[in-house]
Amino acid sequence: MAGRVHSRESFGTVDGPGVRYVVFTQGCPMRCRYCHNPDTWSPTGGEETSVEDILHDYRKNKDFYTKGGITVTGGEPLMQPEFVAELFEKAQAEGIHTCLDTSGITFNPQKPEKVDAVLAHTDLVMLDIKHIRPDAHKALTDQDNANILAFAKHLAAKNIPLWVRHVVVPGITDKPEDLQALGRFIGTLPNLKALDVLPYHVLGISKYKELGIPYPLEGVEPATKQQALDAKKQILIGIAQARQKK
Amino acid sequence: MEYKYEGWRGFEGGTWVKEINLRSFIRHNYTPYNGNEDFLEGPTENTKALWNQVLDLTRQEREAGGVLDMDTKIISTITSHGPGYLDKEKEKIVGFQTDKPFKRAMMPYGGIRMAEKACADNGYTIDPQVKEFFTVHRKTHNAGVFDAYTPEMRACRSSHIITGLPDAYGRGRIIGDYRRVALYGIDRLIEDKNEQKVETRSAMYADVIRDREELSEQIRALNDLKKMAASYGFDISKPAKNVQEAVQWLYFGYLAAVKEQNGAAMSLGRTSTFLDIYAERDLREGTFTEKEIQEIVDHFIMKLRLIKFARTPEYNALFSGDPQWVTESIGGVGICGRHFVTKMSYRYLHTLYNLGAAPEPNLTVLWSTQLPANFKRYCAKVSIETSSVQYENDDMMRVTHGDDYAIACCVSSMRVGKEMQFFGARANLAKCLLYAINGGVDEISGKQVGPEYRPITSEYLDYDEVMNRYDAMMQWLAGVYVNTLNIIHYMHDKYCYEKIQMALHDKKVTRWFATGIAGLSVVADSLSAIKYAKVKVIRDERGLAVDYEVEGDFPKYGNDDDRVDTIAYDIVHMFMEHVRKNHTYRESIPTTSILTITSNVVYGKNTGSTPDGRKRGEAFAPGANPMHRRDTHGAVASLASVAKLPFIDAQDGISNTFSIIPGALGKEDEMFMGDIDVDLGNIDLEDGCGCGACASPTLFEGLDTDE
Repeated sequence: MAGRVHSRESFGTVDGPGVRYVVFTQGCPMRCRYCHNPDTWSPTGGEETSVEDILHDYRKNKDFYTKGGITVTGGEPLMQPEFVAELFEKAQAEGIHTCLDTSGITFNPQKPEKVDAVLAHTDLVMLDIKHIRPDAHKALTDQDNANILAFAKHLAAKNIPLWVRHVVVPGITDKPEDLQALGRFIGTLPNLKALDVLPYHVLGISKYKELGIPYPLEGVEPATKQQALDAKKQILIGIAQARQKK
Repeated sequence: MEYKYEGWRGFEGGTWVKEINLRSFIRHNYTPYNGNEDFLEGPTENTKALWNQVLDLTRQEREAGGVLDMDTKIISTITSHGPGYLDKEKEKIVGFQTDKPFKRAMMPYGGIRMAEKACADNGYTIDPQVKEFFTVHRKTHNAGVFDAYTPEMRACRSSHIITGLPDAYGRGRIIGDYRRVALYGIDRLIEDKNEQKVETRSAMYADVIRDREELSEQIRALNDLKKMAASYGFDISKPAKNVQEAVQWLYFGYLAAVKEQNGAAMSLGRTSTFLDIYAERDLREGTFTEKEIQEIVDHFIMKLRLIKFARTPEYNALFSGDPQWVTESIGGVGICGRHFVTKMSYRYLHTLYNLGAAPEPNLTVLWSTQLPANFKRYCAKVSIETSSVQYENDDMMRVTHGDDYAIACCVSSMRVGKEMQFFGARANLAKCLLYAINGGVDEISGKQVGPEYRPITSEYLDYDEVMNRYDAMMQWLAGVYVNTLNIIHYMHDKYCYEKIQMALHDKKVTRWFATGIAGLSVVADSLSAIKYAKVKVIRDERGLAVDYEVEGDFPKYGNDDDRVDTIAYDIVHMFMEHVRKNHTYRESIPTTSILTITSNVVYGKNTGSTPDGRKRGEAFAPGANPMHRRDTHGAVASLASVAKLPFIDAQDGISNTFSIIPGALGKEDEMFMGDIDVDLGNIDLEDGCGCGACASPTLFEGLDTDE
């Protein structure tokens, strides 16, 4: 089986535990204003790449990945659930740790089968929650966040280890009350293992220029490390509140 | 065991007692260290004061335009200068190349013109008598070489198809076994050399005469070394008695070498494990505390940082700076499987904190999967925090060079005191490819430099045709290159012999004939473009191919793609096979290296456009690196391409210059929390205070551990 793959990174160190082989799938329904990979949006780009091709590449250098594994990110990997499911099933059969980095946007609680086929062979999910308020989420990404939050609960029910990621964009996703609310939500998830708060950066701007797309966050300053640390603190407070209640 | 020397008390015996044999001494006496860095001590007040003095002098030197002081009259020898100090009262280890720090010596034996120019370019004038002496009365290495060069060699030199030839300056790349001075003392070493002289064959063939003359030179140099040490108030005729003496004796040996030779690389060897034996004995006997030992090491490393040579701006441009390549090899694993990490390995690396980060001495860790986990972690930490550590693959080199080799320059491995090399610049294989296309005509000057083979005249390049021509041109290039080096090393031995360094070698020395290649990734990508895309030739009015248009995409070296990585492999092998067909001077064994770490910029400047789409004058990638921005699949894929190159054909070393921002090695500690429960433990709900104290979860996970 083959999927549409935007690119592959042989030395991923920030997309899951250890050194990882990272597959960036092509196509994403979200239009996050701060997206730094607009070249992965179109579902028709990329290159047809087979599961075997990826695993072959991985095996050649598997000594590098002894404490890592494969991460599939994108784009949105769950736009191609059959492809990811097969890749993860075969990878796991070889003892490779599998990590899914997703926005959860394609999840439909009424029809979870295709996603479940992926989750059946997923060791770790990294879920990027863009915003906890539905209206703000819609404004930021063009999409509703109801299914994303449902997906988080779905993972909790299956007890699949979860890392939550959140990007701090000054003036957009850094309000303490929103961050605490996000914390209170993820604090109820018993499978939550880690929280990764990322400062917004502007390294993607050149790609917008190449693609001729106007940059949506023109004029917004990148977040500082301190802003990210402050935001993380607020989320942790929310988590602590949720856990205290329990 | 009772020995005749006090310096040997408490040591376990072995072959080393009867013969000069450092490896035997180390293996019988060293203490492997598996612990962590917690025992290390910070700088003493004296260390800080001395280092501040150095920083101040460094500032003055910078403000003076790069050179603070220079000899213009005194010809540097082991004994040419009286003692020099920073602050005699504070220095635990003493000795400078001249009579004061930051004063550069004059060393004209490699070539008077270079010595003169080094003075002139820095605003000094060489004494006319010195100039006359080395022009009229005493021949230099440089003069000898140019007497023997053929017109073809000169043409290759000026067209830059062979570059960086050590024909006007010291060749370097020889490591004296400076440890011998500390372990045996000078008298025993002289005794040994006298025996060697007695044992030469009696029929006076040229090689026997040369051996006898060289041994006499070596003995004279050892006596000079003793005199030089005496001028600092030390009697080094007998073995060193404690770690301070051992470091001092060893440093005197090295100092004598850098007083005598301004070599392209003056490396130190593999000294840390050796010195640790003395440190352990002193700790046991209560002679020194850990703090005092670290101070001795700090002062030693400080001295190594102050080694300076008089050089020209062009030389510095070629090497992108003013490098000495005071390389010290640390760690590694023995043939028997025991690792060589000692507390001294840590102390050496720790100088990067006590004195701050610095490129010299070039601290090089001989990396093995078998190194203890604590040491690996410490190395990773030091690398991340100082960016000052070089790594080399011990598991690979040990197979050829055993377990007492060291690195000369950046990658050249040699058994200490048993092997040396004839350093040999590089052949520009990218230019050679252009010669193959243009029938030996230089693409920039238009001159017929190579043999007048048929040029390629088709509009589009055909892979088989190009490979055929390239193979023939490479064979020519290898021949003229090796013969040029033969002349250079003959003359260097004759006019600029490394007396003291060779005195610290065995009598029977294995000599490596180290050739080198530049432009490997340019060639691999060019041939890949010709094979997998279409390459159209653009010719100028002279009919010379001067540019290329690539139509379509092609696999590029650096992406773990066998289609092109195989080409790179084949090129190295082909070139080496051609080198091996030639006679090499003094029964040396030919090798090659792929290691232009800095001079890739200069080589690129002198090379026309290439069929991979690289434009005329654009820099080559350094060493065996993929071309800049063409490796698009991340570090592992890039490294995997390099790792496929045949080490057996490039035993002098393959280098890959690799920079990575710490953030790309994993999340910074504060930014990422690996365990939510740990995070929450740091949150106080009352005042909302949270701190980022947490171990980094990914930083060290790439390391293989033996836990």
